[in-house]
Amino acid sequence: MADPPAAWRDLRRFTAARVALGRAGNALPTAAHLDFQAAHALARDAVHARLDTAVLAADLGALGLAVSTCRSRAPDRAAYLLRPDLGRVADPDDLAALPREGGVALVIGDGLSATAAERQAAPLVAAALPMLAAIGAAPVRAVIATMARVALGDHIGAALGAEVVIVLIGERPGLSAPDSLGAYITFAPRPGRTDAERNCISNIRPGGLGFPEAAATLAWLVGQMRARGLSGVALKDDRPAGVPRIG
Amino acid sequence: MGFAHTIGGTRFVFDDLRTLMARATPFRSGDALAGVAAGSGAERVAAQCALADVPLRHFLSEAVIPYEADDVTRLIIDGHDARAFAPVSHLTVGGFRDWLLGKADTATLTALAPGLMPEMTAAVAKIMRLADLVAVAARCSVVTRFRNTLGLPGTLSVRLQPNDPTDDPRGVAAAVLDGLLLGAGDAVIGVNPATDSVSNTIRLLQLLDEVRARYDIPTQSCVLAHVTTTMAAIAAGAPVDLVFQSIGGTQGVNESFGVSLSLLAEARDAALALRRGTVGCNVMYFETGQGSALSADAHHGVDQQTIEARAYAVARAYAPLLVNSVVGFIGPEYLADGKQITRAGLEDHFCGKLLGLPMGVDVCYTNHAEADQDDMDALLTLLGVAGVTYVMGVPGADDVMLNYQSTSFHDALAVRAALGKRPAPEFVAWLDRVGIGTDGVAIPPALSPTLIGLG
Repeated sequence: MADPPAAWRDLRRFTAARVALGRAGNALPTAAHLDFQAAHALARDAVHARLDTAVLAADLGALGLAVSTCRSRAPDRAAYLLRPDLGRVADPDDLAALPREGGVALVIGDGLSATAAERQAAPLVAAALPMLAAIGAAPVRAVIATMARVALGDHIGAALGAEVVIVLIGERPGLSAPDSLGAYITFAPRPGRTDAERNCISNIRPGGLGFPEAAATLAWLVGQMRARGLSGVALKDDRPAGVPRIG
Repeated sequence: MGFAHTIGGTRFVFDDLRTLMARATPFRSGDALAGVAAGSGAERVAAQCALADVPLRHFLSEAVIPYEADDVTRLIIDGHDARAFAPVSHLTVGGFRDWLLGKADTATLTALAPGLMPEMTAAVAKIMRLADLVAVAARCSVVTRFRNTLGLPGTLSVRLQPNDPTDDPRGVAAAVLDGLLLGAGDAVIGVNPATDSVSNTIRLLQLLDEVRARYDIPTQSCVLAHVTTTMAAIAAGAPVDLVFQSIGGTQGVNESFGVSLSLLAEARDAALALRRGTVGCNVMYFETGQGSALSADAHHGVDQQTIEARAYAVARAYAPLLVNSVVGFIGPEYLADGKQITRAGLEDHFCGKLLGLPMGVDVCYTNHAEADQDDMDALLTLLGVAGVTYVMGVPGADDVMLNYQSTSFHDALAVRAALGKRPAPEFVAWLDRVGIGTDGVAIPPALSPTLIGLG
């Protein structure tokens, strides 16, 4: 009795939701149950994974970027999850070591999915660098940030004296995808900026928003911010239809 | 006025009721994040002992948030029913606990509800164990009606939650049919829109109303858009059964949600004027959750469970059909793990029921909390025993739009079977009439997918 009839299974054509799972009594059939457990395990592992900064640094270095690292004040993953305030503030020594070189700052943070940062950040940067270079806004350095929340980029961007900060950070994993990357872009970064002062591109991954589309939106936003001197809710994506929109 | 209690040779002092309530609260991460939690286990129990000695009358004279500063406090104080309060007016918080667990029967509790302030229910919850919260809530009875009757003894209803990441009408319709075939949807068929725009909301409202009409289902539909979006949809002639809104327990958190008490009243009037209910006119649907006030920086140093109970005072002013706490959605910085989520879910259900609300719970968690399906099974079963009015039904427990895990259609069937509960009576009659069997292996002709555009 576990499998639903063909007409019921046919509902799966219309949705990615877990429909037509069948029944074992009132419970899920074994295969559906274990499929859920696997998705949850991947998401949990992504939340608790430590960012492999050496591999990421090598990937970013190969793109011609100088690489620095910066820790937040969250001492470990447990504190990071329970104290978001600690993840928004930088380690003072790491911050002091950053050169005040201006320009566009690029921060890559683990966020809630180090897996996302490891898989999606370098390909996205590779796609975005030529587009940013074309408008004279290419970053020269990537700062790899660990135990990072989005607002950590405000401290890093301010220390670098940056005009704009781009924060690429792992999003909270769902069962559909444990490795979605988010991009948060803020003009004139400094501590105390609010989320309303940022623009966001979400769900960046091969099965979601692809790298070329995300890179194009990123470069467009950076160009608009530098031209208009602002970011956030006052900057709407008003490109014509057919151009990828902000997620 | 201060409070004090000595435990283990140490005298703990609490400056005011707000502080006493916070220190007495069983530990949860959000109160620690807010800096209001007790500093030690001994301080917590000392606060609980001192709180147990506070007369219930005291809550009428000391507000946790000043009357002048907060319209929710004014709603609570101005709306207090002294006559209904009389049977317990001589009791302390501790005495009230004993009274609730002892001689309070269903009729007594129903009559008492308008006499209780939310802070009284929060206070007594802080000195109760899970079994106490379950036992007292199970004696409460709250019945509401729109197109069917919810909350009758022996029933457990389900909100069918057919969310889709792009609001694709066929994706929503497929999830609705899946849920109906598994006996879900008597509380409401309610979709969270991915895009909160008037045009998109109207499109989804029309879809849900069409499905309901084609299958002739005795239930109500709802698109959980912002109240102002729903009001615009009503003005445009859309088929609105219920008005949804997220609410909280302070004026500040409600402002952060973009609502006021007068706006909610206006929305309710607009929905009532449509006269779409067939067996009753409870037209509001509210969601709440511990931690929302801290998240909005509008907590006034009050612990998150007390603020949550105050949100129920807001809800009850509008005679809602449905209220639910979305207990594990907000994340581990507010409720860290399965233990904290379980306790919070039972506290919220208990306080809501005591205050006379048709209380459901979204038994749920996110992937960065220390919780899993076992925790959900335990809380769902406890809530079933406590007589929860409704729970969520999400395909396979996996909400592909909101990216969190709630309870599934299967989970609801399992807890109904384990506890001998049934759906709302009108919905049971419909399930029988259309031929949805208990083994759930066939699609009856009356529910052909082609009838709702799934050819």
